[in-house]
Amino acid sequence: MPLSKADKRELLRQMYSIRAFEEKAEELYALAKVHGTMHLSIGMEASAVGSVAALRHDDLILSTHRGHGHCIAKGVDLNRMMAEFMGKETGYCRGRGGSMHIADIQGGNLGANGVVAGGIPIAVGVGLSLRMQKRAQIVLCFFGDGAANTGPFHEALNMAAIWRLPVVYVCENNQYAMSFPVRKAFAIHRISDRAAGYGMPGVTVDGNDVLAVYHAVGQAVRRARGGDGPALVENVTYRWSGHSKSDVDRYRTREEIDTWKAKCPIKRFRNVLIGEGVVTQEEADQIEKEAYATVDAAVEFAEASPEPDLTAIEEGVYC
Amino acid sequence: MRELSCAEAIREALRQEMERDERVFIIGEDVGVYGGAFGVTLGLVEEFGEERVIDTPISELGIAGAITGAALTGMRPVGEIMFMDFVTLAAEQLVNQAAKIGFMFGGKAKVPFVLRTPAGSGTGAAAQHSQSLENWFVHVPGLKVVMPSTPRDAKGLLIASIRDDNPVIFVEHKLLYRTKGPVPEKPYTIPLGSAEVKREGRDVTIVATSIMVKRSLEAAEQLAQMGIEAEVVDPRTLKPLDEETIIRSVTKTGRALIVHEACRTGGYGGEVAAVIAGSEAFNYLEAPIIRLAGRDMPIPYNRQLEYHAVPQVENIVEAARQLVRGRAQGGH
Repeated sequence: MPLSKADKRELLRQMYSIRAFEEKAEELYALAKVHGTMHLSIGMEASAVGSVAALRHDDLILSTHRGHGHCIAKGVDLNRMMAEFMGKETGYCRGRGGSMHIADIQGGNLGANGVVAGGIPIAVGVGLSLRMQKRAQIVLCFFGDGAANTGPFHEALNMAAIWRLPVVYVCENNQYAMSFPVRKAFAIHRISDRAAGYGMPGVTVDGNDVLAVYHAVGQAVRRARGGDGPALVENVTYRWSGHSKSDVDRYRTREEIDTWKAKCPIKRFRNVLIGEGVVTQEEADQIEKEAYATVDAAVEFAEASPEPDLTAIEEGVYC
Repeated sequence: MRELSCAEAIREALRQEMERDERVFIIGEDVGVYGGAFGVTLGLVEEFGEERVIDTPISELGIAGAITGAALTGMRPVGEIMFMDFVTLAAEQLVNQAAKIGFMFGGKAKVPFVLRTPAGSGTGAAAQHSQSLENWFVHVPGLKVVMPSTPRDAKGLLIASIRDDNPVIFVEHKLLYRTKGPVPEKPYTIPLGSAEVKREGRDVTIVATSIMVKRSLEAAEQLAQMGIEAEVVDPRTLKPLDEETIIRSVTKTGRALIVHEACRTGGYGGEVAAVIAGSEAFNYLEAPIIRLAGRDMPIPYNRQLEYHAVPQVENIVEAARQLVRGRAQGGH
């Protein structure tokens, strides 16, 4: 489906929004305003935004530990997301989940996940459930290159394929499973080649090209919704930041990081849109500025929000 | 009342719940035409079709993920893991995902599934097909753990588990599948967290789970011949635990013997002992609390070795006798 000018502007806005959120997240961490850890997806915005753009509003996603981008692309309330990040009662999970467990069940985000590949088998159940209830939705399951080497990947992709479930698996290949590079972790060049082993289509795309991602995932989504079963899309991209806050980048070079920074997905899409006349330079600047302002407002909201009430500490363990 | 075996009672519970609620479905290895490794789901696929009685590849983690995802989005699945030993393969989804989703998402999601699995020794299946791993799950907040000992309880507890909004690990004992007992025909529930006094007595409380309830009742018959009246309490659900019924019984008898098949160290008996010792029943204790449990070892293959690896009727008789005789020697 071709994107309108308004759609394209919206994609750019979402990408800036993710970048702004994560830069702010890093800053808040440095200021010791959040504790724990976080996993930034700076440099991977096109993968999140292009994938989710291919979904209908009521479709579902399963996200990962590196899930800020997925969450924002799915149409989140940034105030409540930032509040969750800062552990506040007004957060999506009332401060119980934090960065790694943000979920917006009503909004169709079935949750980030602290376990690599944790969402891949859950997607099988969601797909089964959607079909049994004759709902026209599909579920899109994000995971990283590291997850493609776990046992759950094998069990779940096979099950989704034999039952032709309405699932789209999106592998965000950001080149590293913590420090272990894809070139050492795989004896194949394309992770999407594995799809053939399960009897589903697999495609590898430039994950820094938001439109390429949108079209590839869109094809998989149409197929899934049409009852033809799952597909695997591999978005080749790169995370600029370390794996988590403990990472000091011992396993890669400054040159390598800089090479990828030069391939910034946001700048690239911005230039495309300016070239196409979808936005002017000034309009793009304005979109960027507004994204940062919205994040600043979210921080204000979160900081003014109450901490969880200690008397409710065990709430939610059981229904 | 008509009698059913445990397997038949479980099957009836499944059938009645599937008739009542179209969100309920069965998923597991060989649960379809094969009827499950122990025949529990026999005939259900013919009745409800392959859409609702779903055979899976040998993918235990996949099964656990499937019930988690389906429950998260509005269904009420009943998964089956063929042997409890294989829950080790499914543990990630059960422990890290299903158990925590409700809490970690701020109480805004629920995962109402039941995972049925047969545990226990006595079938000659040796170390990898005979374990009783219930306490692994008792230790995980967010999960409920149920262990029925009679056909009547099996049906009522399973229906209650299916209707419960939390993930429930439903532990069946292989040797109980063919045990018969009275079972009401209509659907009924036994609330999770309600223990039952299976036999009343004044001299000693035997708290037993699963097949050990049956063995304890047999032991109680023999003890009665010796003039010892044992009270047998079956917790029925390990989590949540009905502490009150246990405490009330021990307060009455002044003696507590805890019997389970799982290994002693780190087993559920320690929890029950701590509940008793930390309650007002402590003041009524006339002897130390005794745990009788499986040896701390893998289940052996050889028939004699297997038999002696876990508590049997004669061990329960002897332990209860010593516990009570101790009081007599103490001058009562």
